[in-house]
Amino acid sequence: MSAPLLSRRRLLGAGALGTAGLLSGCDKLGDNPGFRGLLEDVGQAHRATQRLLIGRTALAREFSEAEMSPIFRSNGSVDVADRAYQTHVAQGFANWRLQVGGLVQHPLALPLSALQAMPQRQQITRHDCVEGWSAIAKWQGPQLGAIIAQAGLLPQARYLVLHCADTLLDAPYYESIDLIDGFHPQTILAWRMNDAPLTVAHGAPIRLRVERQLGYKQAKYVMAIEARASLAGLYGGKGGLWEDKRGYQWYAGI
Amino acid sequence: MSDMIDPSPPTGGDLVRRHRRSTRIWHWLNAWILAVMLMSGLMIFNAHPHLYWGQYGANFDRAWFEIGASGGSGTVRMGALTLHTTGLLGLSYGADGHANSVAFPGWITIPSHYSLADARIWHLAFAVLLLVAWPAYVLVSLVNGHVRRDLVITRHEWAPAHIWHDIKEHARLRFPTGAAALHYNILQKLAYGTVLFGLLPLILLTGLTLSPGMDAAWPWLTVLFGGRQSARSLHFLAMLGLIAFFIVHIVMVVLAGPFNEVRSMVTGWYRLPRARHPVIVPAPESGN
Repeated sequence: MSAPLLSRRRLLGAGALGTAGLLSGCDKLGDNPGFRGLLEDVGQAHRATQRLLIGRTALAREFSEAEMSPIFRSNGSVDVADRAYQTHVAQGFANWRLQVGGLVQHPLALPLSALQAMPQRQQITRHDCVEGWSAIAKWQGPQLGAIIAQAGLLPQARYLVLHCADTLLDAPYYESIDLIDGFHPQTILAWRMNDAPLTVAHGAPIRLRVERQLGYKQAKYVMAIEARASLAGLYGGKGGLWEDKRGYQWYAGI
Repeated sequence: MSDMIDPSPPTGGDLVRRHRRSTRIWHWLNAWILAVMLMSGLMIFNAHPHLYWGQYGANFDRAWFEIGASGGSGTVRMGALTLHTTGLLGLSYGADGHANSVAFPGWITIPSHYSLADARIWHLAFAVLLLVAWPAYVLVSLVNGHVRRDLVITRHEWAPAHIWHDIKEHARLRFPTGAAALHYNILQKLAYGTVLFGLLPLILLTGLTLSPGMDAAWPWLTVLFGGRQSARSLHFLAMLGLIAFFIVHIVMVVLAGPFNEVRSMVTGWYRLPRARHPVIVPAPESGN
């Protein structure tokens, strides 16, 4: 098997890239900012096409209870070292408040009980990790759009940033979505998972569910929501921890 | 190969137009795209080297296929069957002799070091090229008659006796000569047809099914393939099918005469193979 593959590599190396080996060539090309930017721009075609195809309100598939994963693995951060967070866990999040701020008319500080008292959406959906695995679980919580509407967006707001309590790769976790996904009916702040309060491993007290995107967008341990006009100037400027640190796509619909 | 104006039928040794420009462009573009898609795809597989059937599948669920490393040995497991593949799959050694616990080794992946994010950037950009190139080529080939004249299998060719005859001829490495070599034989038609109308649309559609956004846009995708994890498994199997085609394809090109074959796919011109005449050994002048 290795011989014909090597010959293809040689063929391509000579024809397309003109380098001694395709691999070293690809590594170099991939590290070249100009070429990498070109690849990323071509990849953006997916986002543009999907935004065109999906529309604002097309729903992610919802499943029956019988189709749920027996075990939903936790991934990424499974605990939070932050002292203030640990205190909230010890207090059962009784003194915890979700901060809603940035480009809004009325900044909010919502206790968990307020989120639980709002109209709830329950959905059994598939969680798709960027690594390739999928798990199905039942989520419940208020729609993010209702919370944002309560705060009242200012006209210049374009993005919703979720600030989280956990750190990964020595940086605070954060994620962001645009207003299309922010006001999508299935976009909820889940405080219940599989008919029980969200555990710490899965992001207590609340995590984002943005069902038409991959797992790294489903921010856990959400502490604050900030409406912004631009993602520039925030941490690495790419709109999320994995985007900043590893180069994952901001639009994770594919 | 149907662009002949010369009314007299070509014979062995003649230089003829074999491949249209659209076929030649597609061939090399496709080879280039699929090589990058394969190598970046193997890196993406390395991020979670387990395959499942159904809607969901993760570490605690039963995988029907997985590549891993345990006890200092690389393994490929399929159902109850476990193969030891140290050095190639699961556990391999870098140029510096260091052991790497990766499913597919760095010499076959893009990038050569572990990076799911970089592999996705390559894979998804080239996916856009393939999503444009494949429908474009199919459309052009339908319009210009390539499909009808060269790829459609006639009722006569479907006859088991005809197929069996062709298999036997191939096994004996007796390929068509003269005017008969102007047209694809049944095995070629089956191979090219399977790739163009089977494996490529399968790998494109199963790839799209892996996108949560596309699943919301086109809910029939997960219905068609029986779930996202089934689609991921089929995506992998379609890749293996394309590799199998590639290996046979290269072997046949080498056996049929690589210079003539590659020339015809670059310039379009192909020299028809001469008929195999039995070698006549002149009888000795003086008898025994």
